[in-house]
Amino acid sequence: MEDALVVSRLQFAFTVTYHYLFPMLTMGLALLIFVLKSVYMRGGNELYNKSARFWAKIFAVTFVMGVVTGIPLEFQFGTNWAAFSRFAGDIIAQTLAMEGAFAFFLESAFVGLFLFGEVRFGQRVHWFSSLMVFLGTWASGYFIITTNAWVQHPVGYKMLSNGNIELDNYWAVLLNSWTFAQYAHNMGGAVVCGAFVMAGLGAFYVLGHRHEEYGRLFLKVGITVGVIASLWMLFPSGHFSSDQVAKHQPVSLAAMEGLFQSERQAGIVLVGQPDMENRTIDNPIVVPRALSYLVYQNWNAEVRGLDAFPEKNWPQNIPLLYYSYHVMVGLGTIFIAIMIVAAFLLWRGLLYRARWMLWVLMLALPFPFIANTAGWFTAELGRQPWLAYGLFRTSEGVSPLVSSGSVLFTLIGFAGMYLIMGLLYIVLMVREVAHGPEGEQETLEATEGLTA
Amino acid sequence: METIWFIFVALMIAVYVLLDGFDLGAGAIHLIAARDDRERRKIIRAIGPVWDGNEVWLIAGGGTLFFAFPVLYASSFSGFYLPLIVVLWLLMLRGLSIELRGHIADPMWASFWDAVFFLGSSLLAIFFGAALGNVVRGVPLDADGYFFQPLWTDFDPFSNTPGILDPYTVLIGLLALATLIVHGSNFIALKTDGDLNARSRKISRRFTYATVVLTVLATAFTFWVSPWMLESFNERPYGYVLPLVAIAGLAGMVLFNLRNDDRNAFLSSGAYVIGMLTSTVFGVYPKVLPAVDPANSLTIYNASASRYGMAVGLVWWSIGMVLAVVYFVVIYRLFRGKVNLEDEGY
Repeated sequence: MEDALVVSRLQFAFTVTYHYLFPMLTMGLALLIFVLKSVYMRGGNELYNKSARFWAKIFAVTFVMGVVTGIPLEFQFGTNWAAFSRFAGDIIAQTLAMEGAFAFFLESAFVGLFLFGEVRFGQRVHWFSSLMVFLGTWASGYFIITTNAWVQHPVGYKMLSNGNIELDNYWAVLLNSWTFAQYAHNMGGAVVCGAFVMAGLGAFYVLGHRHEEYGRLFLKVGITVGVIASLWMLFPSGHFSSDQVAKHQPVSLAAMEGLFQSERQAGIVLVGQPDMENRTIDNPIVVPRALSYLVYQNWNAEVRGLDAFPEKNWPQNIPLLYYSYHVMVGLGTIFIAIMIVAAFLLWRGLLYRARWMLWVLMLALPFPFIANTAGWFTAELGRQPWLAYGLFRTSEGVSPLVSSGSVLFTLIGFAGMYLIMGLLYIVLMVREVAHGPEGEQETLEATEGLTA
Repeated sequence: METIWFIFVALMIAVYVLLDGFDLGAGAIHLIAARDDRERRKIIRAIGPVWDGNEVWLIAGGGTLFFAFPVLYASSFSGFYLPLIVVLWLLMLRGLSIELRGHIADPMWASFWDAVFFLGSSLLAIFFGAALGNVVRGVPLDADGYFFQPLWTDFDPFSNTPGILDPYTVLIGLLALATLIVHGSNFIALKTDGDLNARSRKISRRFTYATVVLTVLATAFTFWVSPWMLESFNERPYGYVLPLVAIAGLAGMVLFNLRNDDRNAFLSSGAYVIGMLTSTVFGVYPKVLPAVDPANSLTIYNASASRYGMAVGLVWWSIGMVLAVVYFVVIYRLFRGKVNLEDEGY
């Protein structure tokens, strides 16, 4: 089943990576739309209300893409990872089923109300449903993170004589220390994404002298939220996350940092290429002693390198893990720099005339998607070779009777389907952006589905 | 405890079919009942605010199945690998068709998505029926509790290596299609007026008769393929109430359709759907996945989660379902009444 394992892994990686491009935006936008709507409710500034409506349209199409691409993930635990589902189903299905019971029903009910109900049910109901949409999408995120945190750091289980595991402590699973760090970091990433998209589109409008009033508003809100969220990614959420990795997956930390040999006064590699043959970093640029300090708050502490661990427990793809981690951290640092400069210009009232800054903000728009994806690659590649860390290897998890040919067939199908969906999404987004926040009258015709 | 969860999972699946059933049915009659763009928009508008919520019952039901019966989930999802993934693709395409159709006001764009909506809805109804047929007929589970079924093999329902499609499962698929067409056209009749209402009633009438015929055929075929189903009813005779609900629903479908009473016709087709599904799962109980070799069948006892897990689940599941029912009642009440294209959001 070696082949079926590889193809099943590819299929899950592909479908989950693609899926998460959408929720990272909707979870961020849900918060921003709630902010816009709340500002409108307080001050009655119609500009904020119209902006909320405009972003609701972007949200709606993205939300549908997220829902549609999310369904295959829940199914794939059973179709492709049947052996793992048997092994750990007693635990991971708890949190997955809770997502259905608490988040999906909430989301589906209030997204419909939010998108359809403004005229019919008035502003208060509309504001309330924007709050519920925000809570629903973030609750959904919580249950998924809890599930992922459990495979990263299994807790609250007991071993059975048949080799499977069973739930032993429900609250231990829900209150896993890994969950808090990962949730804080992940949701911060979603807000960074939403804020950069809002500010980036605002910059586009101001630079092109179209819908300038709205462009300025998007910039103001996007940058205000974005500067807080970008800093939040470094501290406290990034710090807590790396603490968890250092404590529970030290071998992954060594691989992420490209630390082949254990060292006292270990430095941080900023740039360099892992050389797996010679077990070293080529062309390194290193900040001396920094890693020892970051991990142990002690400039002289010894950090365990890959050589301290048996090779069968090393992540299988160390270079990719190393690059994912470095891309995430590098981009995160750049985001902080961009947002601080932009916030300063905004505060001094210089931003709307600083065209170079608007260009930077506009061109930065795609990068949070890359950073968030790289972050998830870091988490998931770092977890290898385990499916449930320390308990169950990825190679044991695949469905025993599903052939590699069948999986390849469905993988190709997903690839084709997602290509078309991606093109449609881009076409619809370009239309919405060209259309802008004004001119609701023209879209009155088109309100059949959820996403009008 | 296992029995409680069996009932809960069965209930969630029944609610899914009851709710998503009418919007699948609406899709299956989309091209026939609605003749122009205006009428087609009305159909989509009728299900627009609710289809996504209806589909959540499938996702939440699937999640609950995984949680309560992890072994069943692992075996059935990997065993039905290909048809399940095809169902996923159909669900995705159909969801997109509902949402994307209105985004560009162009006749070619609309016709394309109308066709996708129609095909996706009809094929899903058939696939869901065939899936149920497979469960009733039994699947080739091995001693480890795994199986893999190709789409078709020798088309023999009594074979030791059955495929997904054989005369029996196809018959159940057609029954499901006919049933959901009636259920969907009753819903569209209820939500619309004028020509669209009249045409929906006519479609409902024709397919009601088809459903009656198919029900008789399918019932006979079921007891021929799986005679053990009858034992459940004889052991626990109170179970006969369930098929009676189905028969009453079927009678109501005919009667209220002839009287042009859309509301009661819709309730009757709902009762029929619930009656048929609950009869089937009652007959299957305590098995959850019958095997061709009866020794390998999965039952509520060898496929369920831990006692502790199921007990914890009882608490949060109850809270979650109360909330879900509240949302649904509120949303359906808010959007009640006939569809009016002028009364739009923004």
